[in-house]
This record gives sequence, C-alpha cells and structure tokens, in this order.
Amino acid sequence: MQKRLVLDHNQIAIILRRFCHQLIENHDDFDNTVFLGLQPRGPIVLDKLVALLEEISGVKVPFGYLDATFHRDDFRRRDLPLTANETKIDFLIEGKKVVLVDDVLYKGRSVRAAMDAMIAFGRPQKVELMILIDRKYTRDYPIKPDYFGRQVNTLESQHVSVEWKDKGFEQDAIWITEKDKS
Amino acid sequence: MSQLSTRHLLGIKDITEQDIHTIFDTAQNFKEVINRPIKKVPSLRDITIANIFFENSTRTKLSFELAEKRLSADVVNFSSSNSSVKKGETLIDTVNNILSMKVDMVVMRHSSPGAAHFLSRNINANIVNAGDGTHEHPTQALLDAYSIKEKLGDVAGKKVAIIGDILHSRVALSNIFCLQKLGAEVMVCGPITLLPKHIASLGVKVEYDVQKALEWCDVANVLRIQLERQQIKYFPSLREYSLYYGINRKMLDRLDKEIVIMHPGPINRGVELNSDVADSEHSIILHQVENGVAVRMAVLYLLAGAK
Repeated sequence: MQKRLVLDHNQIAIILRRFCHQLIENHDDFDNTVFLGLQPRGPIVLDKLVALLEEISGVKVPFGYLDATFHRDDFRRRDLPLTANETKIDFLIEGKKVVLVDDVLYKGRSVRAAMDAMIAFGRPQKVELMILIDRKYTRDYPIKPDYFGRQVNTLESQHVSVEWKDKGFEQDAIWITEKDKS
Repeated sequence: MSQLSTRHLLGIKDITEQDIHTIFDTAQNFKEVINRPIKKVPSLRDITIANIFFENSTRTKLSFELAEKRLSADVVNFSSSNSSVKKGETLIDTVNNILSMKVDMVVMRHSSPGAAHFLSRNINANIVNAGDGTHEHPTQALLDAYSIKEKLGDVAGKKVAIIGDILHSRVALSNIFCLQKLGAEVMVCGPITLLPKHIASLGVKVEYDVQKALEWCDVANVLRIQLERQQIKYFPSLREYSLYYGINRKMLDRLDKEIVIMHPGPINRGVELNSDVADSEHSIILHQVENGVAVRMAVLYLLAGAK
C-alpha cells in the first residue's frame, strides 16, 4: 500500500505548541473558554493539547468529549448505523467560547453534526474549529477551520491516517494512504 | 458499526448475546442523551412508528412513546378499546391499514402469545414486541438486565431470583432467557400453583420459600400478581399470598448481605412488596423506569438503522 508522510512526530509537536500560543493570543486567560474533542479521534488531540496548554500557560481549561453519532445526516443512508461513543461534558456551554477539536477535516459533515449535538448543552457565545489536517477542496458543507496544522490536497480514493505513539504506533505520524478497494 | 442479528425484536429467545451487548452499549449513550438539558436527538426524524396496544399498558406505552419522541420519530398511537377491532376487524387488517399510512415500525402489545411473530411474517415493517400474552416482553427483560449491570457492574455470575406469579408472567420468561444468555444464575420462587410445571427444564432453580430465595440471590426481581390473567383461584387470598410471599424490611434485615430489589411495575404495595422495601436504598425500581427509556431508544435506533 502506498503511503505518503504528511507530518512526523516533530512537526506534530511543533503544531500543537503553535496551537497553544494561538489560543493564548485569542483567548487571553481562558476564563470563558471551553474545549470539546469530537469523538472518536478528536479527544486524543485534545488531551495532548490541554496538557501542553497547562504546561505553557499554567491554566487548566475545562474540556469534554462530544459524540455526534445520533446527529449525523447519514443515518439509514449507510448499511449499518455507526457505533456511538461516549459524550462526556460536565459543564454547560451557554454563553461560552467553544473550541471544537478534531484530527482531520474532510467533508465537514461530522462538524455539522457536532455543532447540532453541541447545542444540546446550551447556546455558545462563539464556536471555533481546530483541526490538525485540513483536506482542502473536499468539503460538502461551508465549514472552515479557525486553526489548522497542515492543509493537504487529497483525492476521494485517499485516506488520511493519524497514528499516535501512545495508541500503539511506532511514532506520532500522519500519513496519506490509498483506500482499501476490496 | 452496530448491528443486530434481526430486523425485529420479537423475543429474547430470538436474539444473540452479542445483540444484547450491542443494545446495552447503545443504551449507555442514550442514557447520557436523556440526561442532557436538551434530551432529543434527530436520528429517527424520517421514521413513523405506530404503537399498537391491544392490551392495557401505562408505563410500557409511555416509555416507548417517550423513547420514540426523544429520537424525533413521528408517533401514532392505537389502542384496541377505541378501535375497529371492537367492530370485528382482524389483526392483519388493522395493522395493514395502519401500514398503508406509511408507517415504518410497529410496537405492539397483544394478549395472544406469538402475535408479534405472526405480524412479522405478514407485514413489511420492523416489529417490536411490547408484550405478547404470557409469552415474552423483551424490552422489559433488557432494561432489567441493563439495570443489574449498571448497579452491580456485570450480569455474568450474578444470582437473580424472580419471585411471584411466574405462571402468568411474560416478564419472567424474557428475564430467564436474557439473564441466562448473559451468564447469570436464575431462580424462580413462588407458590407451587404459580410456577409453570416444567419451568426447571429451562435450567432455572425452583424455590418455594421466599426467605431462602432472598438468602441465595444477589438480585430479587419481584413480580406482580396478575389477577387479570387468573381465571381460577391460584391461592386462597391476597392476604395469605402477602403473608407467605410478600417481601418486607424485616426479611431483608435478616440477611447477612445487601441485595438489590427490582420490580417491573406496577407495584401492588402491601402484596408482593411492602413500601419499606419498595422505597428503600435496596430498590432500583425507579432506575429501571429511567433505563427503560434508554434501552427502548437503543432498540428502536438499531432496528431502524439497518437497511
């Protein structure tokens, strides 16, 4: 299978650090900001981000995990329903600035569903989107990230695979691979 | 992906252990949903569900209706007391008429065992059995087992005593199938006249002394005396039944362990359960009601989701 490296572990670390500095610039002391990791893979990025943010700024930000499975627009349009993941949000987002965090932005449909799911926890003051990899020119919805690590041009036949060392991979790395045709 | 091995939920006997785990995992997520400030998700917004109840029901019907509305389904309700069934219409005709109105799923309660199976063979919609005579009540068994899992961490290896009117209970049969599939040990306990003759052939223990059953079990699922199904007298009086089989606080205090008390409702207070037990810290009866909505949401979601 053909694989092309998009980001290696050093580049990912630099990007996460950059994200932290951008967030500090834009959100000051984070007194009205909360973070939501979009299931299933956003929480992995978010956990790393909040740990680094605490290390850099000394601030512990409120964060949670949001699952949008029950808000997807492809229910009954695919052969089987997707398996839902845990939603864990111990706070209301009413009047808060919310930063949604995910690993890859592709069609924008998951983000749309996530914003729909998010509203169940209140009406946010502002919502921002933070993405490690932005797959350009593939969007079905008018959704654009406020923070991105790297923009890539990909084909429908390709897949962006995000590997984390603490999930059993050799190193943190992001690859573009060809989708399995079988 | 989440998939059930069936497109109907007719009985626990017909589904696999994996199906039960899939329903529990999905119900866990729906339990979080129904505790949100906004308790509704849009998953079933293009689905119409008919709740067809040929027998009286309060909580099951309410629980299904709430589950359907939380999933954003359109709901039509039908009960036999004010329908054409009274005018002699057959079950198939009634349901086909309702399906002609483009209904996707049918939740049905009927007094005849096998009614849901019959329907599933004759109409093209997902069928959920909400109780068929004395046969099965699958969603009740699922929510009971889910509540045990939630309270005790697991169902496997637990000892569950089903106490009361086993003979007329569809809850008992579905519970036996469900608990055994999940690896629990099951005992039935009641007066000899209210236990089916060959119940032991299902692999359950049989006990006639309620105190001994309580000493044996981790969970006591206490059933109602179903007077409406009893054509003859199975015991001399309710007072005598209560004296021998009613569970009170003193009986629990005599045990050297904590047990969990369950009841599918409605409770006949002072008959099978005293208030000092039904309202005690041992009781998870109200949790069962809450879990009922989550489990029914999971069942409807999984059945509707498969093409």
